[in-house]
Amino acid sequence: MIETNPTLPILTKKDFVSDQQVKWCPGCGDYSILAALQTVLPRQGIARENFAIISGIGCSSRFPYYMDTYGFHTIHGRALAVATGVKAANPGLQVWVITGDGDGLSIGGNHLLHALRRNVDLKVILFNNEIYGLTKGQFSPTSALGIKTKTSPMGSIDQPLSPLSVALSAGVGFAARTVDNDMKHLTSVLEAAAKFKGTAFVEVLQNCVIFNDGVYDPFYAPDTRKINALYLEDGKPLTWANDTKGLFAEGFSIDARDVTDSDRSRVVVHDAKEESGTLAWTLSRFAFPDRPVPLGVFRSVERPTYDELMDGQIRAAQAAKGTGDLAKLLNSGFTWKV
Amino acid sequence: MSDQSQTILEADGRKDSVELESVTIRFAGDSGDGMQLTGTQFTDAAAHLGNDLATLPDFPAEIRAPAGTTAGVSAFQLHFASRDIKTPGDDIDVLVAMNAAALKTNIADLKQGGILLVDEDGFHEKDLEKAGYTSNPLDDDRLKAFRVVKLDISANTVRAVEPSGVKGKNAARCKNFYTLGMMYWLYDRSPSPTQEWIKQKFGKKPEIAQANEFALLAGYNYCDTVELFSTTYKVGKAPQVPGTYRRISGNEAAAMGFVAASVQSGTPLFLGSYPITPASDILQELAALKHFGVRTFQAEDEIAAICAAIGAAFAGNLALTTTSGPGLCLKSEAINLAVMAEIPLVIVDVQRGGPSTGLPTKTEQSDLLQALFGRNGDSPIPVIAAKTPSDCFWAALEAAKVAVEYMTPVIMLSDGYIANGAEPFRIPEISDLPKFEVRHPTDPATFKPYQRNLNGARPWAIPGTPGLEHRIGGLEKSSPSGNISYDPDNHQKMTLERYEKIESVSSVVGKTFVEGSPEGDLLVVSWGGTYGSVSSAVDRVLADGKLKVGHVHLRWINPLPIDLQSVIGRYRKVLVPELNVGQLRLFLSGKFGIPMQGLGKVAGKPFKISELVTAIQKTVGA
Repeated sequence: MIETNPTLPILTKKDFVSDQQVKWCPGCGDYSILAALQTVLPRQGIARENFAIISGIGCSSRFPYYMDTYGFHTIHGRALAVATGVKAANPGLQVWVITGDGDGLSIGGNHLLHALRRNVDLKVILFNNEIYGLTKGQFSPTSALGIKTKTSPMGSIDQPLSPLSVALSAGVGFAARTVDNDMKHLTSVLEAAAKFKGTAFVEVLQNCVIFNDGVYDPFYAPDTRKINALYLEDGKPLTWANDTKGLFAEGFSIDARDVTDSDRSRVVVHDAKEESGTLAWTLSRFAFPDRPVPLGVFRSVERPTYDELMDGQIRAAQAAKGTGDLAKLLNSGFTWKV
Repeated sequence: MSDQSQTILEADGRKDSVELESVTIRFAGDSGDGMQLTGTQFTDAAAHLGNDLATLPDFPAEIRAPAGTTAGVSAFQLHFASRDIKTPGDDIDVLVAMNAAALKTNIADLKQGGILLVDEDGFHEKDLEKAGYTSNPLDDDRLKAFRVVKLDISANTVRAVEPSGVKGKNAARCKNFYTLGMMYWLYDRSPSPTQEWIKQKFGKKPEIAQANEFALLAGYNYCDTVELFSTTYKVGKAPQVPGTYRRISGNEAAAMGFVAASVQSGTPLFLGSYPITPASDILQELAALKHFGVRTFQAEDEIAAICAAIGAAFAGNLALTTTSGPGLCLKSEAINLAVMAEIPLVIVDVQRGGPSTGLPTKTEQSDLLQALFGRNGDSPIPVIAAKTPSDCFWAALEAAKVAVEYMTPVIMLSDGYIANGAEPFRIPEISDLPKFEVRHPTDPATFKPYQRNLNGARPWAIPGTPGLEHRIGGLEKSSPSGNISYDPDNHQKMTLERYEKIESVSSVVGKTFVEGSPEGDLLVVSWGGTYGSVSSAVDRVLADGKLKVGHVHLRWINPLPIDLQSVIGRYRKVLVPELNVGQLRLFLSGKFGIPMQGLGKVAGKPFKISELVTAIQKTVGA
């Protein structure tokens, strides 16, 4: 269990800024995510030494160096596996994982699935810029079909995947999406992830100014977001474009269409606690331009975490057998004297 | 028959008894015939009588290959003696073959004049066909070099267990106990410890327990009544160091060694592992020891297994990952992360036949160069190889001690032979175990992440310690701050520091220990699980008195004992026998520039003492 300490001196953003110079490209979306986390962590009532930030490889994975917490910049794709070990070994830490679309969904896809299904109490931020940045501009598993990059000069023939569909299919308890250029939304989503007990998966739509600039502009520029972004708020109807459009349940499918005064009451109401996850999964399939882009908390359903179950088994074994006695172990089974 | 099967007859029918110094028995049958269990029971009985012993199970990769085929033959070899022995034996004195396939795959190892006990029920036309025999070898003189004892064990067993109410297939299944009973009679051992064991094991199924017990006693009594064997044999007590003993396999020993390391260091043990033959036992053993605070994480793959262990080490646990060759390939990038981040970690590689999937259940020593060099960059790692099943305990302890005292990953090599093989293990007193102090810094005023101590080790500061927040990773670090550095001079300095740190482990390694002649004609240099065979072969050559042969067995292969080169220089020739095509030889000749003769065997089996003796004589003579 992570201890929150009410007598803790008030921490501020400054306490979480390391002495290292931040070296992302000017204008990179990573800066705001860094600032957001440095804002959110001091508010958790957790001592600074009880945070660990684990990353893989990629532009985003330089993140730990810029946070004045315990940090581990690991190897490509493996952040979740390392973080699983950190959390299992010391459940008292709040462990954040920083990964990207290449790191988390391509080379590390396997670990993502398994960490999520186990429900290790990790806070995972996946920076999705739909491109490989650190290796200078190759298409990634979330790049749009047909995108022309250095390794897809005739257009990518790879079907992209939705990070949230993957996460929800793996059974994640907390799934959310936010964007790098909306500080308020970003901090509120990270705050919700921090408070969630269990794996919290947050996809941040993050702009790469060099290799994929403006990829989210069609639905998340200051003007387009009012029309094409669908904000998910618990207990509120799923409407967008100034409440002119809404979601309606039609049998097994969800219809997105204009809302009229007569059917406004029939608009589906968002419920992140919906047990089956069907609504969350359906929303995760939404892709622009056919559908609006949902932002916010898709799912928030808690269940026992892997680390607490592991701890529980150790305690149960000790209660049943007593704390391990080495001499007894060595002398167990069939022995004889000479 | 049914009355007899419940008691042991008075030994009035007993024939002469012949005293033997050592005997090797191999039980061979179908995978489902219970040969491993039979062998283990005989082993315990031998231990009970004070014999020295060594065992070697040999089972197929398939769990249940088609019954009756040669692919499905499972065997268990046991060498027991009234003297000190170090191997499960070369050629066998007794072969128990439960079917034609078992005969076919094992008969080549039976000594001339050896006893061959066969179950005739496994030699019907279909069985012969599956084994690839065109005619029944029991019916002609192909087996005339052996003392063949054939009887319908299956039918006898079914009759014997009838009073228990167990019938048909289940009844026939007891035939391994019938056979065991026969062997107990032949080697003058009481079946009562096995009777006890049966009662405990099958306590919840009383009729099965009774059936097995009836079969055991019926086999014993059958020999006593029928003049099947002309003599019984006695193998007396072996001289052993006084103490309490247990039978231990290499994998069991390794698991206990790591628990001991955890207790001795006061640091919780974390194992990240992915099931792989022949290493899975260690994960299974440790998963059952949660009351020691052991955390076992069965990962989604080999990479996650080691990465989780690295994470646990970062968080302050004594971290371990266990695997075999193909898994070690997958782990190499992560091992380098531990090299760069200078994190304590033990990687156990229970070697098997390679390359690729290779021979999963057969032994080999062909991962040595991979362990030493199989990573990108200059990435030195201490490598220790256990020499016997019980040495896996001590090697595990040492590997863990070096890992935490030098802040480095350590590779511990075992192999399928010592991992599955078993021998008596003198149980140490807790006070005999090495203690090692684990220090975690707490003072923010003096803490620097890459400040090295006298061992060259950086401090192990663990998350949760106020004021010591720091970042580590796979990028090159500047010393002592631990910040990222691309400075060429710094990389040169750090590379050398990592190298020197590992070299300094030689203070743990100690000096070269020579068995046999301290100088002379030939030095035999071995490593890992071949210790028993090589040592026995050198003993045999020395007993002849003609040659001056020394034997050096390397446990630590990196670093090597610092005086090894000068020891090698005291002999005219050097022979390096190993279960690969010359990996240690390449390493040593590269280090020392001394020509060496190799003896490479890659047949999935350990060395026979006899083939080593021949090689030693040939090398000296050549």
